[in-house]
Amino acid sequence: MMEERMATHAEQSTHTSGKATAALILGWIIPGAGHILLGKWVRGALLFVSILTMFSIGLALQGKVYIPNTGDLLAMLGFAGDLGAGGLYLLARIMSWGAAPVVTALADYGTKFIVVAGLLNVIAAVDAYSLASGRKAAA
Amino acid sequence: MLSHFSAVLIFALCVSVVFGITQRTEPRKMALFAGYCFVLFIAGTMLASWVMWLIKR
Repeated sequence: MMEERMATHAEQSTHTSGKATAALILGWIIPGAGHILLGKWVRGALLFVSILTMFSIGLALQGKVYIPNTGDLLAMLGFAGDLGAGGLYLLARIMSWGAAPVVTALADYGTKFIVVAGLLNVIAAVDAYSLASGRKAAA
Repeated sequence: MLSHFSAVLIFALCVSVVFGITQRTEPRKMALFAGYCFVLFIAGTMLASWVMWLIKR
């Protein structure tokens, strides 16, 4: 009886851990998708719209999308921030968006919009992980 | 094209929404925290703008 309970608990723990990891990865690839996976539709939709808006406006303002291996420390940090946007970053690289040099103040704002969108996406994905793993109370 | 102020408004709105959802657990507290962050972003930007204007003079 005791062994059965322990086995069931271990199965549940593995299931929760798998779901939490899936929420983290899915939330990183598609903004808000981790919350949608957990049934938090409104939160997921709000996160998706907010992060997509930030990223799109950044591109519309002629912001720069950072690439790896430039050798410049600030560019590496920018790349790390951009990479947080997951699927949006990959899409931007595939479509060659944000490849033009930054020449205006608004384009510099655009670059910051893109980096912040990536960082916000990381926060959202980690939040989805916390909800799934029970570290954060689900209301 | 966006003006500098409208860029600030959109930035503050989007960031506040994400902060509200991720930093609080209940929907009501999320909305309150998002509003609080939004007001702080806008007020902070306006204050910094006035400080820069005073430094320039």
